[in-house]
Amino acid sequence: MNIPHIISFLQGTIYYIGAFGLIFIGLLIMLLKSNLIKMIIGLNILDTGVNLLLISVGYISKGTAPVFSNPALENQTMVDPVPQALVLTAIVIGVSVLALALSLAIRLYHHYGVLDLREIREQRW
Amino acid sequence: MRAFISIILLIIIASGIIVVLNEIPFGEPKTKVGNYYIDNGREETGASNIVTSVVVSYRGFDTIGEVTVLFVASIGLGAVLAARRKKEKRQIEPASLVLTTGCRFLFPLILLFGGYIFIHGHLTPGGGFQGGAIIASAFVLIYLACRGRRVSQTGNKIAESIGGLVFIIIGLVGLMVGGHYFLSNYLPKGELNLLFSAGVIPIIYIAIGFKVGSELAGIIDNLVEESK
Repeated sequence: MNIPHIISFLQGTIYYIGAFGLIFIGLLIMLLKSNLIKMIIGLNILDTGVNLLLISVGYISKGTAPVFSNPALENQTMVDPVPQALVLTAIVIGVSVLALALSLAIRLYHHYGVLDLREIREQRW
Repeated sequence: MRAFISIILLIIIASGIIVVLNEIPFGEPKTKVGNYYIDNGREETGASNIVTSVVVSYRGFDTIGEVTVLFVASIGLGAVLAARRKKEKRQIEPASLVLTTGCRFLFPLILLFGGYIFIHGHLTPGGGFQGGAIIASAFVLIYLACRGRRVSQTGNKIAESIGGLVFIIIGLVGLMVGGHYFLSNYLPKGELNLLFSAGVIPIIYIAIGFKVGSELAGIIDNLVEESK
């Protein structure tokens, strides 16, 4: 377990570790907290982790962005463009879900007076 | 009790994810579809940005679904928050001098930058959604600095509706002319790396840029009016 071993192991997997860490933290927040705003924040962190995982699966070593803005870029390896296009859609859908969830939280607060789900009798787990 | 079950569930899910992630090598070419799009993307669509040609031309139907989801979320937020309007007015303190001067100086520059990004979507990295988000951030700056003023909501709704309609109508016209399928690229493709190239792709991205920018500004306006 000397330093070059650790660095070469991290170089191959740091993106997966980061994305998995974000997914794990998001799931932890959503399951263990009972405040509604904190659960929505956990949902957003989970969304970010999944998007990062999808993009890092599509990476090709020593590849560059798939944009042909220069005639000198003819024979360059490029990364996969399909996961990037699909994650673009997924990010926008994450924003839409966040907006609608926050508006429902505002209405819940006006109706019940509290934001803690344990104190609302019908919503107890 | 609830914490105990949650931790057990999380350990099961985490071990499942780790077992699957071990099988996926990092940084090696995995599919052939991406290579086909990179090799033939420039001749078939005329755009130099391959991600743009995938989003608008090859997988254009997914983009219509995404625009619909954003539209439904914006309308849902307006409908849920419209049912209650408080009638009391609070004393609004004006923002500091640095913020108001900075807002007046920066607002047209941010709009210009956002417009540049969605107009050049087929030449440089960027596109309609990114440019729309930048334009919405310019409107957030107005709500932060000039407190108590609103952006006109009729202009917002008109821009949003026209953007969505232009996208759908261009797709339906593609059924009649050109390749006779929905969202076919029927305008002339032109040369590479020019602004007026790549058929219908710049027109679609300009429509999407207007739509997303005005939609996000409308969401911000609804939330700020709710908190007054």
